[in-house]
Amino acid sequence: MSQSAIFKKPVMYVASGLLLASMTMATLTAHRLDEMRPQATLMDVIYIQSPRAVKVMSLGYTGLAACVYWTRAVQYFGEKHVLRSKRLDLLPKLLDLTVSLDPHLLPAYEFGAIFLAQKPPEGAGMPDEAVKLVERGIRANPDYWKLYYSLGFIHFIERKDYKAAEKAFDEGSKIPGAHPWMKVMAAAMAARAGDIESARFLWTQIYEGSDDKWIRRNALSRLIALRVDDDVIHLDKMVQGYVKKTGSSPSSWQNLVAMGWLQGAPLDPAGEPYELQPGGRVVVHDISKFPFIEHGIPEGENRSEFIGPAADKVLEKPGIAPK
Amino acid sequence: MLARIGHIAYNTYREAVRDRVLYNLVFFALLLVGSTPLFGQISIGLERIVLVNLGLTSISIFGTVIAIFIGIGLVSKEIERKTLYTVLSRPVRRWEFLLGKYFGLAGTLAVNTFFMAIGFFAALLYLNHAFGRSDGQLLVAIYFIVLQFLIITAITLLFSSFSSPLLSALFAFALFFIGNFADDLRGLAGILKGTQHWLVMGLSYLVPNFGAMNVISQVAHEQAVSGALVLQNSIYALFYATAALSAAIMIFERRNLK
Repeated sequence: MSQSAIFKKPVMYVASGLLLASMTMATLTAHRLDEMRPQATLMDVIYIQSPRAVKVMSLGYTGLAACVYWTRAVQYFGEKHVLRSKRLDLLPKLLDLTVSLDPHLLPAYEFGAIFLAQKPPEGAGMPDEAVKLVERGIRANPDYWKLYYSLGFIHFIERKDYKAAEKAFDEGSKIPGAHPWMKVMAAAMAARAGDIESARFLWTQIYEGSDDKWIRRNALSRLIALRVDDDVIHLDKMVQGYVKKTGSSPSSWQNLVAMGWLQGAPLDPAGEPYELQPGGRVVVHDISKFPFIEHGIPEGENRSEFIGPAADKVLEKPGIAPK
Repeated sequence: MLARIGHIAYNTYREAVRDRVLYNLVFFALLLVGSTPLFGQISIGLERIVLVNLGLTSISIFGTVIAIFIGIGLVSKEIERKTLYTVLSRPVRRWEFLLGKYFGLAGTLAVNTFFMAIGFFAALLYLNHAFGRSDGQLLVAIYFIVLQFLIITAITLLFSSFSSPLLSALFAFALFFIGNFADDLRGLAGILKGTQHWLVMGLSYLVPNFGAMNVISQVAHEQAVSGALVLQNSIYALFYATAALSAAIMIFERRNLK
């Protein structure tokens, strides 16, 4: 039957009309459903929690199952990160399933530990879980020195446990092929634990050592925060020096310029001048541009999560503090 | 004798490659293998691992499905169409017919695997822009997958020699499933005592040991596969397939085809 003959039948016209109309209506309804439930996601459920059961169901293809669970962990983390969620309850379980299925999946330990350790909303705020995960990775992959690096990193940055960090860096430095700066970090932890220089060194290593966009961006925002912390500490010292010399707090940056200590109003990595509050407190102008900062937070504000244009400038621009 | 087996094998191969199911499955396998670089991008830090795991698992699963779905019809279709009587009325023995069918399907699977492997390596080349030394291990994993197909084909032929296509498929899939957990069965036997221990231990050796042939995860991590494992798996596949084919021949020889 030719095409024209087919369309001579009235039923064909009715059926094609119905097809088009129904598909259009179904699409519109689906769109409306999506609008009604923007937070709805299947990601908030893990149907099978037992690694043993997943192993059985994967028919022995555990490597692929581990990749699926790792991808799901990344997607879950990414989704929660975008929503600025402060609860990532499923993350430890997803990572547990991943490494149970494939104990040699190194990125799951390295990046998973960062996801777990960082404070919300940049991470799950579970540094102890992160330590457990990396220690498990070390047991399964004892020759991989980078896991000791991850362990030391979490102890140092997130847990502020400098002794444990020193131990991790030191043990990692003994593994054949370990980078020489593992020894340097162990010494730094022992000698001047908790300083900004050590943290900057670690984050720079992460920034330079990863090709992943998210990891690099996160490291960059950490470096920005360290630059700001460094600047604020240095400016605070200048203000204290001014108070010591004159007996009163400076009313503006011009006072410090007049003393020859500054060349102009000091700028933060985003290009905005730092604010000098009454009483000599130094704070950033816009906290939303500086996630992770510890110093220079305006009164009543919390640390922000927004990674702004400062990210692009921080690596090339020198800070206020002398190097 | 060899010429007769060869003719049947060739015709089985020709018949199999005309099957539309085969093309659909190969198409989907190639589609999946070809799209693996995309899957790697939605994860972090494991593009190559995802590609190798997904690519080789696709080759293995699709090949198994092809082996079972084509294998179950090898004997029953011939009986249904009465073509078996024409073949057996000539100077062809029943066992020659079965062996021809086996080699025909094994050849089909080898050719399919070859094309799927080309798709897989093309995807790998697209991702890495070059082949590394460790990529040679991937060929070992593919070789093990082919060994797995040889066993599955023999098992499917064994079931189809006495059972209906539906039941044959069910039995073959069940054995494929259990065969992936032969090691666990042996572990279970270790816990049990007395008769139960020997029963489970016997069962664990009766089912095919597919666990030892699955080195996909290992090669995904660029870990070397030992030469001893290659040798042992080859010998095991040869003996297991021979055993399954012998059982199939024994049953088929005694089967009343009237």
